[in-house]
Amino acid sequence: MSTTSVDLHAHGHEAEHAHDPHHQHHFTTMEQQFDTSKIGMWLFLVTEVLLFGGLFVGFGMMQARYPREFVEAHTHLVRWQGALNTVVLLISSYTMVLAVNAAKKGIKSKQVLFLALTIVCACIFLVVKYFEYSHKFEEGWLPAKYYSYKGDSLPACMEKSAGPEAAAAAPTTPPAPCTNGYATFFSFYFMMTGLHGIHILVGIIILTWVLIRANRGEFSSSYYTPVDLVGLYWHLVDMIWIYLFPLYYLIQ
Amino acid sequence: MSTQTQTATTHGANAHAKHEHGGTALYTKILIALLILTAITVFAAGFDFGQGNVVIALVIATIKASLVGLFFMHLVWDKPVNAVIAMAGFLFLGIFIMFCLLDFNTRNNFIPQNMTPTLVPLAPGTAPAGNVIRTNPAAGQAEGGEKK
Repeated sequence: MSTTSVDLHAHGHEAEHAHDPHHQHHFTTMEQQFDTSKIGMWLFLVTEVLLFGGLFVGFGMMQARYPREFVEAHTHLVRWQGALNTVVLLISSYTMVLAVNAAKKGIKSKQVLFLALTIVCACIFLVVKYFEYSHKFEEGWLPAKYYSYKGDSLPACMEKSAGPEAAAAAPTTPPAPCTNGYATFFSFYFMMTGLHGIHILVGIIILTWVLIRANRGEFSSSYYTPVDLVGLYWHLVDMIWIYLFPLYYLIQ
Repeated sequence: MSTQTQTATTHGANAHAKHEHGGTALYTKILIALLILTAITVFAAGFDFGQGNVVIALVIATIKASLVGLFFMHLVWDKPVNAVIAMAGFLFLGIFIMFCLLDFNTRNNFIPQNMTPTLVPLAPGTAPAGNVIRTNPAAGQAEGGEKK
C-alpha cells in the first residue's frame, strides 16, 4: 500500500498514460525525450560535417597547387570500384531508412531484416575498400614519405631550381622540404577514405548492437530512438561518400 | 487537417509516431533518383568541360546529399530545429570554404619561390632545360608566396 503511494508520487506527472520502461524521469513526455536525443545527434553530425569539411578544403587547396599530379594520381584509383561502393552505400541507406520505418511501426521482423541488410552492405563496402587499399599498397601508392611508385611522368620530388637567376635571387634561403604532389594526393586519399572507413566500421558495430536489441524486441512505436539515431549517423556517412566519390574518382 | 488531429488523439502517448509520412514507395523513388544521379555523375565525368566538370560533380553531389538529408534523414517532416542545426553546420562550412578561397585567390604565387617544378625528370648532374611550367614570369624575383 505504502509502496503504491510512493510510486504514484514519483510518477505523478504521467498518471494519465502508461509508464514506458524507457521513459527517463527527467523528461516530461516520451516525445520530449526523443526530440532531445535527436537534437543531440544533429549537433554531433554538424561536428562531423565540419571535421570532413576541413579535409575537403585541404584537398581542394592541394589540388590547386598540384593540378597535374592530382589528375594523374587519380587515374590510379579504379573508377568502377568507387562507383560500386557508391551504389552499395546508397542501397544501405535505403535499407536503413526502411529499418527505421519498420521500427516506427513496431514491426520486429522487418526491422531485424533491414538492419541486417544494412550491415551486409557495409561489409561489402569494406571488402571493396580492402581490395582497393591492398592494390595501392602493392604499387607503392602510399602517403607522404612512404610513397614509392616509380612510374610518374612528373619528377617525384621537385628539384630546387639550379638556374643562375634563381641562385642569385635566393642565395641564403635554406632548401625547402621536398614535396611531392603524388604523395600529397595519396595522403589525402588515405586520410579521408580511411577516416570514412573508420566511420563505416563504427557504424557496423553500432548497427550490430541495435540489431541485437531489436531482435530482443526492445523497440516499439513509442521507443525506437537508437534505431532512428543510428539511421541519422548512417545517412551522414553515406552523404560524405557522395562527395568523396566524385572528388577522388572522377576529377579531371 | 482533421485527419491529423484525429491521428494525434488516437495515439496520444506515443506522440512522435503520429505523423504518418515517408513509406516504402517514397523511399524507393528516392533511391532510384539517387542511383540515376550517380550514373549521371559518372557519365558526365567522361566529357571534358574544363572547370565545369568539378562544378557539375559538386552540384549533382549536393542534390544527392539534399535528397538524403530531406527524406532519408526526415528533415522535411521533422521539427524545424533539426534543420536549423544542420543548416548552421553547412553555413559555417561555407564561411570556412569562402575565406580559404579568398586567401587562395589573392596569392600571387602559390609555389614557394625556391622551388621550380620542371616538366621532365632531371638526370643527376644535368642542368634543367627551359621547360619550366606553372610559375608566373616574376616567380624568380617575387618576394611573396609561401614562406616555409
